[in-house]
Amino acid sequence: MPVATQHTSKVGAQVGRSVPRLEGREKVTGRAEYTHTMRLPGMLYAKLFRSTVAHGRITSIDCSAASKLPGVLRVVTIDDVRKVIPDPYYGPAFHDQPILADAKVRFVGEPVAAVLSADPHVAEAAVELISATYEELPAVYDEVQALSSKTYVHEQLKPAGTFADLKHLKGAKDTNVALAYRLRRGDADKAFAAAAHTFEHEFRTQKVLHLSFEPHATIADYRDTGVTLYTASQGPSFVRSEIARLLGWQENKVRVKVPFLGSGYGAKLYIKLEALALALSMIARRPVKVALTFEEMFYQITKHPCTFRIKSGVDRDGKIVARKCQVFWNGGAYADIGPRVTQKSGLTASGPYDIDNVSIDSYALYTNVTPAGALRGFGVPQLTWACESHTDMIARALNMDPVAFRKKNILREGRPHATGTIVTDAAVEKVLDRLVERMRWSQPLDRGAGPLRRGRGLAISMKAVITPTTSVATVNVSADGSVTLHCGTIDMGQGSDTAMAQMVGEVLNVPAESVRVVQRDTDVTPYDMGTLGSRSLFHMGHAVRLAAEEARDKLSALAREVGEPEGTNVPVPTLFVKRYGMRAGNIIGTGVFTPQYTPPAPETGLSDNVTAFWMVSGTGAEVEVDTETGHVKVARLVSVVDVGKPVNPQLVDTQISGAALMQLGFTMFEEMHLDGGQVVNASLSDYKIPGFHDVPDAMEILTVDTVQSNGPFGAKGVGEVATFGVSPAVANAIDDAVGVRLQELPLKPESVLRALRAKAGTPLKDA
Amino acid sequence: MTAARTIHFRLNGVPVTADVKPHDNLVELLQAHFGLYGARESCGQGLCGCCTVIVEGLAVSGCLYLAPLVDGAEVTTIESLDADGRLDPVQEAFIETGAFQCGYCTPGFILMIRQLLEEHPDPDEAQIKHYLSGNLCRCASYPQVIEAVRLAAGKRKA
Repeated sequence: MPVATQHTSKVGAQVGRSVPRLEGREKVTGRAEYTHTMRLPGMLYAKLFRSTVAHGRITSIDCSAASKLPGVLRVVTIDDVRKVIPDPYYGPAFHDQPILADAKVRFVGEPVAAVLSADPHVAEAAVELISATYEELPAVYDEVQALSSKTYVHEQLKPAGTFADLKHLKGAKDTNVALAYRLRRGDADKAFAAAAHTFEHEFRTQKVLHLSFEPHATIADYRDTGVTLYTASQGPSFVRSEIARLLGWQENKVRVKVPFLGSGYGAKLYIKLEALALALSMIARRPVKVALTFEEMFYQITKHPCTFRIKSGVDRDGKIVARKCQVFWNGGAYADIGPRVTQKSGLTASGPYDIDNVSIDSYALYTNVTPAGALRGFGVPQLTWACESHTDMIARALNMDPVAFRKKNILREGRPHATGTIVTDAAVEKVLDRLVERMRWSQPLDRGAGPLRRGRGLAISMKAVITPTTSVATVNVSADGSVTLHCGTIDMGQGSDTAMAQMVGEVLNVPAESVRVVQRDTDVTPYDMGTLGSRSLFHMGHAVRLAAEEARDKLSALAREVGEPEGTNVPVPTLFVKRYGMRAGNIIGTGVFTPQYTPPAPETGLSDNVTAFWMVSGTGAEVEVDTETGHVKVARLVSVVDVGKPVNPQLVDTQISGAALMQLGFTMFEEMHLDGGQVVNASLSDYKIPGFHDVPDAMEILTVDTVQSNGPFGAKGVGEVATFGVSPAVANAIDDAVGVRLQELPLKPESVLRALRAKAGTPLKDA
Repeated sequence: MTAARTIHFRLNGVPVTADVKPHDNLVELLQAHFGLYGARESCGQGLCGCCTVIVEGLAVSGCLYLAPLVDGAEVTTIESLDADGRLDPVQEAFIETGAFQCGYCTPGFILMIRQLLEEHPDPDEAQIKHYLSGNLCRCASYPQVIEAVRLAAGKRKA
């Protein structure tokens, strides 16, 4: 599987260079530290007893046998938690999640009780001795049913107050809607009435999850004078605020330390195990570690399943004149960041097209399943799946080439996006052109013979970065001239430490390899909104650049102060010695970055500046379909991305191929199977993820020659962008190969075969 | 719980002793008794390869391998590879090709690739995929791992 890559840009001495990862040696020698394998002296292990029903009132919890097991220190329920944290509810958008189940359970797998022991095996054995009884309540699992269901997951809604657009939901009852986002542009109804053709389709995506190989883990060490959390988190600043809020403390008494993450993909955002670990440490008055097993990740956080009804009106020339989108997000039992997924991806639901009349309704819904959050794309992969399948279906129905149809409707620079924001630095057309060229679209494809049929498909997509958010960084120049960077961006594998060091090196004219990036510790690393949504390289990159520039300016001032002429080449250590009479002192530069932004108007969702930057990608797939078995082989996968100027081309390539392959798993086979709310395949043996044999024979990664004009060194984020188009590109290729259209993920052999047999008039019986 | 027993084995070339319980696995033994964290339990089913340890010259899944079974055996971990301060060619190749992201599965890949290259100094793609089919990478650095194997094969011959 050769990886063909092509880059066109190189800038500066540090930025634009494929610097090997700064932490490479630690990782290849097995010495990199992760929370899941950390231990503190005197530490206890917590193991969790979980709900076996999807929705019910707890009528009893019997912990007596577990408490008596030798080696068990304590069995904890919500009654014990309430004694140390009187209002034990947490969450980023809603304060809806109890530290342990409180009177009710809302999904199978919800933690009900915790056992503490110095021996994790003892704690595990004790969990088996706990029993609970429930008065079962009707449950709601499906996102569309949740909208009208009389079964309510929460008695009343408790918005956190941090998001202005959720405040009106405070105390709302008899609803499962955690956020209803709307966008209205032009007059969609009128345009539909006048349209020559109307197309309406429904698409669904399944429940999948992140499955970081380092499962979630937190150690809390509570003292009356302060608390330290060691946690596998993508957002230590948020953890600190939320823990301080639960304790009623000032933030400076809460210290959050994050070593390397055994990946995240959105799973470790906001607050996960931290509140529980805190409560347990307060109760035990010892350090307590909560570390999930692989199986338990299926009960922590997942991607949003989604139902998307999309309708388009097209005129006689093939121009889309109206689009209506209804999106239902299955948020699970607790909101987590679902309302943000609903809103921030909702605004791009109509796709990278220039459409005058757009209506979007996007709903975050509570259901009785494992909560859903962000997963590498904040909803955009689900939206693109629907939007770009729909696009191909229209082109086919109109007998137009899918590329020609897209070219006719594509959103070009300087034109308004559906939100009203004028599009800049979004190379949609360039990406499409490059993809078409690389796919040799104008050449005929060998379509195969006999039972094996070949086809090709493509998809394009764009996403707005979550805006506005803030990053802060400091750069510290020591008296020997060495440079240390403090920034809160978490390196969870994307290589951010290396990229940030390159930007510091570029400004201060030192090798990136010599820059020390401090491990995340809220006692010393300043505020950052979180490592999420491909925002870090842009936002933190700017903060880091500004901090380094301030340090550079202060070094120039120091030179002037000690009588050196402008532009002196006297070494930095000499400047310090001249100033302080010995090797002493520091220069500290600080950088703060928050982009410009106009909040969308509440009624219309329109804004003249809705995002700090656009992410744009295109995906092309060539498939081979076995018409006898329904098996689909993805033979070729081409990703074309607008990354601006790559800071580190090698890291960019790895992000693109990694994102595309992860989404290929979500496209072809990954699926959580639920039966009555119970996950029935919660293990790696039953839930397949991509391995070597799933990698397409040809993986091609291309970037287009662009500059993000408001980005640091012309760059922008790249963590998610290659996921967007994979699913529809493959589905479009299957249609091209065998003439069947799948509207539900994953694209498993059974679905393909059923569609083929239905088309042939010999449908398979239901299983 | 059940009583411990004393086992003796060679760990990265050094004779060692440990008291282990019958249910302790090899990963727990290495972490709790010897402070070696390079082998990590992830899936707990022997499918992901994060817990790879070499026992008697063969890669095993440390999460499924009971600690008492290494009594009398030769055990090698990722930490032995740079014992002299120099990286193994496979480790160097991983850094140069960027064949990892979060790094959690990396030690397992490196140990398995060393076994591959011992047995097939010049492996073709099918051999690489076959040997590494028991190592999963959720960050999906597979294309870069292939490059790293090829680079390492060259380095070992040089």
